[in-house]
Amino acid sequence: MDSPRASVRTMALILDLRDAIREFVHDGDTVAMEGFTHLIPSAAGHEIIRQQRRDLTLVRMTPDLIYDQMIGMGCARKLVFSWGGNPGVGSLHRLRDAVEHGWPSRLEIEEHTHAGMAAAYAAGASNLPFGVLRGYLGTDLPGQNPRVKFIDCPFSGERLAAVPAIRPDVAIVHAQQADREGNVLLWGIVGIQKEAVMAARRSIVTVEELVDRLEPRANSVVLPGWIIGAVSQVAGGAFPSYAMGYYPRDNAFYRQWDEISRERDGFTQWIERHVLATEDFAEFRRSIAPPGGARSSRETDG
Amino acid sequence: MAKQEYTADEMMTVAAARMLHDRVVCFVGIGLPSAAANLARLTHAPSAVLIYESGTIGAKPEVLPLSIGDGELAETAATVVSIPEIFAYWLQGGRVDIGFLGAAQIDRFANLNTTVIGDYRAPQVRLPGAGGAAEIACSAREVLIMLRHGKRAFVPRLDFVTSAGYLDGSDSRQRLGLPGSGPRAVITDLGILTPDPGSKELVLTGLYPRATVEQAVAATGWPLRVADEVAQIEPPSAAELASVSADRARPWRERMKTDATAGFGERDRNGERAEGPR
Repeated sequence: MDSPRASVRTMALILDLRDAIREFVHDGDTVAMEGFTHLIPSAAGHEIIRQQRRDLTLVRMTPDLIYDQMIGMGCARKLVFSWGGNPGVGSLHRLRDAVEHGWPSRLEIEEHTHAGMAAAYAAGASNLPFGVLRGYLGTDLPGQNPRVKFIDCPFSGERLAAVPAIRPDVAIVHAQQADREGNVLLWGIVGIQKEAVMAARRSIVTVEELVDRLEPRANSVVLPGWIIGAVSQVAGGAFPSYAMGYYPRDNAFYRQWDEISRERDGFTQWIERHVLATEDFAEFRRSIAPPGGARSSRETDG
Repeated sequence: MAKQEYTADEMMTVAAARMLHDRVVCFVGIGLPSAAANLARLTHAPSAVLIYESGTIGAKPEVLPLSIGDGELAETAATVVSIPEIFAYWLQGGRVDIGFLGAAQIDRFANLNTTVIGDYRAPQVRLPGAGGAAEIACSAREVLIMLRHGKRAFVPRLDFVTSAGYLDGSDSRQRLGLPGSGPRAVITDLGILTPDPGSKELVLTGLYPRATVEQAVAATGWPLRVADEVAQIEPPSAAELASVSADRARPWRERMKTDATAGFGERDRNGERAEGPR
C-alpha cells in the first residue's frame, strides 16, 4: 500500500519558488498542477519551464495556458486530462500541434471525463486504488483509454466505471494566503486543489500573500502546513487566471494567447523573451506590460 | 435578406430559453447554453437554478461569463462546492433536471462528439474533449442540445461518441443503464428537432419564422425526418428581445461561442469553424 507521504514534517517549508521547484520537481515526475479556472499556478509552470524539466507526466483536468506552454517547450512526455482548450476562446495550439503533429515531441495522452478525473483524485486522496462512478457509459472513451474499466457493483450488480487513483509525485496549486507555518487558506472556486494535494507524495503551494494569522471565511478550504511540502509567495502568481479577493481574470490575455501560441516560431520567441529571459514571475509580468503604462488587468472588450 | 430586428443566434437562444421552466435545476455549459439559461432566468424563469461545472450552484451572473469558472459566477452563487462534490453529489446524485450541452458533431440519435474530427490516434482536428459533458448526458434527467445547423455538424456517423444521446436508438440507452432519460430537444439556428418517441430518431418538429423545411433538410447530413405538422415557432417577444439586447449591450456577442466547439479545435487549418460553415 502506498503511503501518501514518505516523511513527516511538522510544517511546510517556506521557500523561494525557484528553490521549491528545484527541490520538489524532478525529470520524469508525474506532476499535477490544478486550479479550475480560478487560482491556476501559472508562476510555478513558468519556473518549471525555466528549469527545463523533461519527461514529465502532466496531470490536469483542464490543461490550459500553462500546460500549453510547458508542452510547447518540451517538458511533457504524457498528458492526463479531461478538457483541453482555451476556455471561451478556442484552441490550445501547442497542445494540438503536439497531438496532431508530434511537435516539439510526441505527446502520449490519457483522456478522461471531468467526473472520472474527480473520482480518480478523490481516490488518490483517500489512498484507495481506484475511483468509481456512473460514467463513461455509452461513450468511445473506454475504447481509447485502457485505464477506464467497468465493474459490477457487488451489492446491486449495476455496471459502474472504475478509474485508477491519481497519485502524483508532486501536486502544485495556488492559493490566496498562507501563514508563516505554511498553513494555507483558499476560497471561492476551490476546484480539485485539496484532492490533488492530498493525493500527491509532495506538494508545493504558491500563495498571493504570507500573513501572520489566517482568518478562514465561510466556504474556504484550509490545508494545514503539515500536509504541504513547500509554500512560496508569488503575488499575482495565478495570472492570467484570477485570485478571488485579489485580482480578476485577464480575459484579454486569454484572447492574446490564441495569437501568441498559433505558430511555432512566434510561440518560441515569446517564451524565450518573456519566460526564459526573465528571472521570476514579477519580471515576466513587467516584460509583457505595454511600454509607457500599466496594462489593465480588466478585460478591454465591450 | 431584409433588415432583421433579431439574429439567428438570438432566435436560437430565445427558443432554448423557453424550454426551461421556472425553478428548473439546470447544469449549464458555457456559450450558447449559458446565454439561453441566463435569458430564461432574466425573463420567465427567475427561480431557475443554474449550476456550472466549476462548482457554482445558483449562479446569477450580471454579465455572461467567458469561462465556466469566472469570478462573477462564484460571487453570485448560492454556494460554491468542490469539483468532486459537483459531479458526485449534485449531478450523479440526481439533483439536475436539465443538462444543457453544445457539441461539434451530432448524429440522428443525438449522440454528441466534442473529442476529435477524424481518427482518434491521428486526428484531423483535435477538439477539447469530454469535460463535464459525458456525465451530464448520462445523469441529468433530460438534456437540451444547442447546435447551429450545418452538414459538418449534423453527420450520419460521429467520428467519436463523447456523450451518449440515444445510442443506436429505440431502448438502447435504457438497456445500457444510463439513468437520465436522454435528449429532449436539439435547438438549432433553423428550428427544433425532437426524438421520435419510439425509434428516438431526431425529427424536425419546429421552425423559426424565417426558416424552411428545405433549409433544415439541406443542412442535415442524413435524410432528416420531418414531422407531419411542423410547428411555427414564435419570434422573440419584446421582453425576450429586450433581455437579449440588454445583454448584447454588454460584451455578450463575443461570448456566445460554444466552448464545446471552441476548445482545442475551434478552427481547422483553414481557419474555418470545425462545426461547419456559418
